[in-house]
Amino acid sequence: MKIRTQAKQIVLKGGTIFDPFRRTLETGDVFIQEGKIKAVGKITGPEGAEIIDCTGLIVTHGFCDLHVHFREPGREDKETLKTGTNAALAGGFTRVCVMPNTDPPMDSPEAIRFVVEKAAELPVHIHPIGAMTKGQRGNEISEMGAMKSEGAVAFSDDGFPVANGQVMRLALEYSRMIGMPVINHAEDPLIRNEGVMNEGIVSTRLGLPGNPDVAESVMVLRDLELAQMTNARIHVPHVSTARAVDHIRRFKNNTQLALTAEVTPHHLYFIDEALMTFNTNLKVAPPIRSEKDRVALIEGLKDGTIDCIATDHAPHTIEEKEATFDLAPFGLIGLESCFGAVNKILGRQSGLSLETILTLLTLQPRKIMGFEVDLFAENCEAELVALAADEEWVFGENDIFSRSRNTPFLGETLIGKPRYTITKGIVAESG
Amino acid sequence: MLQQKHLLGLEDYPAEDIQTIIDTAFEFRAVLERPIKKVPSLQGKTVVNLFFENSTRTRISFELAQKRLSADTVNFSASSSSLKKGESFKDTAQNIEAMKIDAIVMRHPTPGSPLQLTKYVDAVVINAGDGTHEHPTQAILDMMSLQERFGKVAGLKVGIIGDIAHSRVARSNIFGLTSLGAEITVCGPATLIPPEIERLGVTVSYDLDAVLDWADAVNVLRIQRERMGVGLFPSVREYRSLFGITVERLERIGKEVVIMHPGPMNRGVEIDSTVADGDQAIILDQVLNGVASRMAVLFLLLGGKI
Ligand SMILES: [Zn+2]
Repeated sequence: MKIRTQAKQIVLKGGTIFDPFRRTLETGDVFIQEGKIKAVGKITGPEGAEIIDCTGLIVTHGFCDLHVHFREPGREDKETLKTGTNAALAGGFTRVCVMPNTDPPMDSPEAIRFVVEKAAELPVHIHPIGAMTKGQRGNEISEMGAMKSEGAVAFSDDGFPVANGQVMRLALEYSRMIGMPVINHAEDPLIRNEGVMNEGIVSTRLGLPGNPDVAESVMVLRDLELAQMTNARIHVPHVSTARAVDHIRRFKNNTQLALTAEVTPHHLYFIDEALMTFNTNLKVAPPIRSEKDRVALIEGLKDGTIDCIATDHAPHTIEEKEATFDLAPFGLIGLESCFGAVNKILGRQSGLSLETILTLLTLQPRKIMGFEVDLFAENCEAELVALAADEEWVFGENDIFSRSRNTPFLGETLIGKPRYTITKGIVAESG
Repeated sequence: MLQQKHLLGLEDYPAEDIQTIIDTAFEFRAVLERPIKKVPSLQGKTVVNLFFENSTRTRISFELAQKRLSADTVNFSASSSSLKKGESFKDTAQNIEAMKIDAIVMRHPTPGSPLQLTKYVDAVVINAGDGTHEHPTQAILDMMSLQERFGKVAGLKVGIIGDIAHSRVARSNIFGLTSLGAEITVCGPATLIPPEIERLGVTVSYDLDAVLDWADAVNVLRIQRERMGVGLFPSVREYRSLFGITVERLERIGKEVVIMHPGPMNRGVEIDSTVADGDQAIILDQVLNGVASRMAVLFLLLGGKI
């Protein structure tokens, strides 16, 4: 991947432009001047502009990921805002929300300001999500108002489920007051118990402690009931089970709840059978589930129960992941492989249109967070990606730009690859 | 020769190779009955017993098997807690490998660790128990003992009694016995039967009397009292009354059932002392067959000559 400063004037020439906001798909050019959209359509000239040949490429909004872990501050050996940014650019992402489980956790306005200031000079838009409770300890709600003022876009204790229902209720009530969504990592810690993988026939065969699907679904149900009671905004992260999809669908159909949900590429791509190799890169929370769950997640995307794709990009060091299965930490990186993985599963294998898949990565997540959604409007800051949507490629070490390497996608054949990512005055070009 | 380089588990292990190991074990069993019990088969080969968990019985059985085959043996005990403190599993493995050894017999508390070990070393890896996953040599010696008693394993009705969920012995027995054509019923408290186990081709029962009535042999698992502390079963008293192999229970059945136990036993809990020491029990044959089975595994995997 080569990153260069944008020329004063750029024309993205001859691509197929997909505008998720207007839901239009047509061949044309995009003229960018000083980092802003100037015109979209058939463009001649201007003299001296840099021409980027987009023939055969899809030009669309830059991807937006509501769920990444960039580990800064505290675990810069795993990832930094800068290395995370590179991973994002390689994956076609121009905007990400970083989770607050840093060290120390981002539970104060000062911590939010640190990330906002540090991210200002980086070429990807980075929005911090503030901790829902002080120290992410799950006991006392955090200074949400002050964090919002510094730029926090949502609140979450991600990584740590808020087990105390009273605290969850208070967090929902308080965040509603300031109009912010709450994101709870839904896994009942007592039902999950020691589980390190999905509970079922595969955990029985492997002798690994199982984490049953109800550990997720009972907490999702609790959260939805509480959100309905408090009339709060709730976003369910990394839905992994058919049962949770059912709860979300029922609430969407039968209530006015401001409810949204995301699913990760890895929960769409893998099933628990893959753990027969004891690959610690497949150890993730919530766990990789059964085929029945995977199919339900795809159905949930098809009927709108699940609103968007989010990677839950979670870097860990090689040393940590080389440990035995019980000691290896939960999580995997997912930015670089995201589009190729979801396009393969949802497009090639499940029949979703490319437009729908791209909407799940662009318009949908932006709507949830209230980010700008009309990215082809004149004078809008250019935040675009140009993709080779049908390219088959094998994901390898050289495709990783994260500081970490913990991905189960190594060696997988993916379909579709970002070619150019254009954002904040730069062009990132992938091979 | 066996088809696989290592012995990691019996799931998907070729049935004919299990049979080859058992047949070879019977030949070594004959050696063990001789006045001079040592053969030169593995002279010059070095085997490391790498134990991350205490298990005197299994280690002694392997060590004796190695000595009877004239292999050089080294014991390496590392507590898993020292690993938690930072010495990596990979380092330990590579250090041992660097000393030019031929095989590693490993006991480790984590499922899958023997497979992981094969990625770090070139030596032959023999799983001597990986947490709650598999214990293949135990299952082989159990099957050998059944064959010794009944002439064959195929068609036998075998009950496995106790904590199935946390038992590597149960898993390896299920994989091995189904592969050789035995019928299996697992029996224990519902809280200790893992989900969807029927899909491994076994029947689940909670009625020990019915299982004893049906079975040719039962393998009685050790019940670990730690499981009680977290509420997986309510009390030893209740366990014994529902799932203990008692004298009264066997008398009531009124037919002979062969009793096996992988040891160490909780006498008076999962099995009565009188039963363990009685005629129906083949527990001490299992111990001797354990040495013979491990000799067979080592011999076949290390390419020894008779
Ligand atoms: Zn999470």
